[in-house]
Amino acid sequence: MWTLIVRFLHQMASPQYFYRIAGRLVPWFMVPCALLMLAGLYGGLILAPPDYQQGESYRIIFIHVPSAWMSLFVYVVMAAAGVIGLVWRIKLAEVVAISSAPIGASFTFLALVTGSLWGKPMWGAWWVWDARLTSELILLFLYLGVISLYSAIEDKRVAARAVAILALVGVVNIPIIHYSVEWWNTLHQGATIAKFDKPSMHTSMLIPLLLMALAFKLFYAGVVLMRARCEVLERERNSRWVQSLVEPQTR
Amino acid sequence: MSTLSLSSAFGLLLRRDLTLAYRRRAELVNPLLFFVLVTSLFPLGIGSDSRLIQAVGPGVIWVAALLAALLSLDSMFRSDFEDGSLEQFMLSAHPVSILVLAKVLAHWLVTGLPLILVAPLLAVLLSLPGEALGVLLITLTLGTPILSLIGGVGVALTVGLRRGGVILSLLVLPLYVPVLIFASNAVETAAAGIPTTGQISFLAALLALSLTLAPLATAASLRISLS
Amino acid sequence: MKEFFAMGGYAFYVWMSYGIALVVLIANLVSPLMQRRKLLADIARRQRRQRRAESRTGSRTP
Repeated sequence: MWTLIVRFLHQMASPQYFYRIAGRLVPWFMVPCALLMLAGLYGGLILAPPDYQQGESYRIIFIHVPSAWMSLFVYVVMAAAGVIGLVWRIKLAEVVAISSAPIGASFTFLALVTGSLWGKPMWGAWWVWDARLTSELILLFLYLGVISLYSAIEDKRVAARAVAILALVGVVNIPIIHYSVEWWNTLHQGATIAKFDKPSMHTSMLIPLLLMALAFKLFYAGVVLMRARCEVLERERNSRWVQSLVEPQTR
Repeated sequence: MSTLSLSSAFGLLLRRDLTLAYRRRAELVNPLLFFVLVTSLFPLGIGSDSRLIQAVGPGVIWVAALLAALLSLDSMFRSDFEDGSLEQFMLSAHPVSILVLAKVLAHWLVTGLPLILVAPLLAVLLSLPGEALGVLLITLTLGTPILSLIGGVGVALTVGLRRGGVILSLLVLPLYVPVLIFASNAVETAAAGIPTTGQISFLAALLALSLTLAPLATAASLRISLS
Repeated sequence: MKEFFAMGGYAFYVWMSYGIALVVLIANLVSPLMQRRKLLADIARRQRRQRRAESRTGSRTP
């Protein structure tokens, strides 16, 4: 069993193998993602009752919270993949790291925008400079920094290593974002789900939230594989297997 | 051929960088002048309402210090990169992170320390209350080395790029934000007469963290940029 | 049904959020697809150019 796993990982390190397998895996992530999203949206928008304090506006939570969780999750994956690529020089890790960046940036953007759209009716302001919002904004800039540094360096193997260091330096921001509501008096609400005792959210709201969170995770998995395939094609464009992908070798 | 001890290598590199900086001392004035000019622009732009100026003073001084630090970062590795001496440093038998520390120290002595020395003048310009001046100097003394240390990582990552200066700001400013927040908050709180041990301790912690980790990250980044 | 769209008066905020989310997700889906197509077309074009160049020089060699 263990040798099977090791052999699988070994084969995955080959870009050509990865390209094929990733292509076949994508639908296995995207279809369940779509189903879960439909279920979550149905549960969140139709089944769940309105909140007694916030009325219907709280329904933004089903987008806002999963996006925020993903913005943190993807950054950690990106930094971890970066470290693996840096230390063990595995090409696939480098590819996964840079492919995650635009997706993470999108989720961060979504979290910020939906948070703003939720904050306006709730707090009366589109934006406040409290600790959590500020650190989430910094996270967006960190993602953008990774993307622009990578595109600025021509040799992509060098670029991947540079970006890994940048991601690693920025990883301090993640615990700051997460614990900001505990460490500072913030306007943003404190933790309701990550507590280890009973979560203080009603199940009719909790279930759709968790469904959406899972759907977003599957979305990330599928899209990162799609992006990674593109990155692999770009890097290996002069290799024989890519050439024969486009037109089968006749000689 | 005798080999240098690590401390002599450190001292030598420090002295070399300071001598080189001294030879270009006309250029060094630029970030300092920028600091003073930008800080002076704010009262001119905001109007002469002294209460308003006092309220924004700490933030203005610190934002100006940040920008001045950013402006001066390029000089840390650029001339060494261009004439090849940076590669020679990487090849030395000594740990690169210690050599990096020497360069960062030289950079701070030449760009950060002047900011601290000129700060009392700026405090007067922005009508900063006396209690706040002491805290301002403490935050600058703790904060400007952090700016040089973290900035070093950013410069090391971009030194090989053609238009690295543009990306440098994008990379470094998000990392500077915690320093800015705690430092300006400390000065504002001190101006209100409230004790600031919390913010200052946090700054000191940030300094300790960057002092230990930033040279390692900078060394790794230099290795990558020079490969 | 109308109440569903009105969202208790918060229609703008709620539907804007969901709308932007949809746009972001679709963009993330479409972008790699388009990029892959473009890459493959690019590689194919370069292959054809190379083949043409080779056949030209091939006919010139004595």
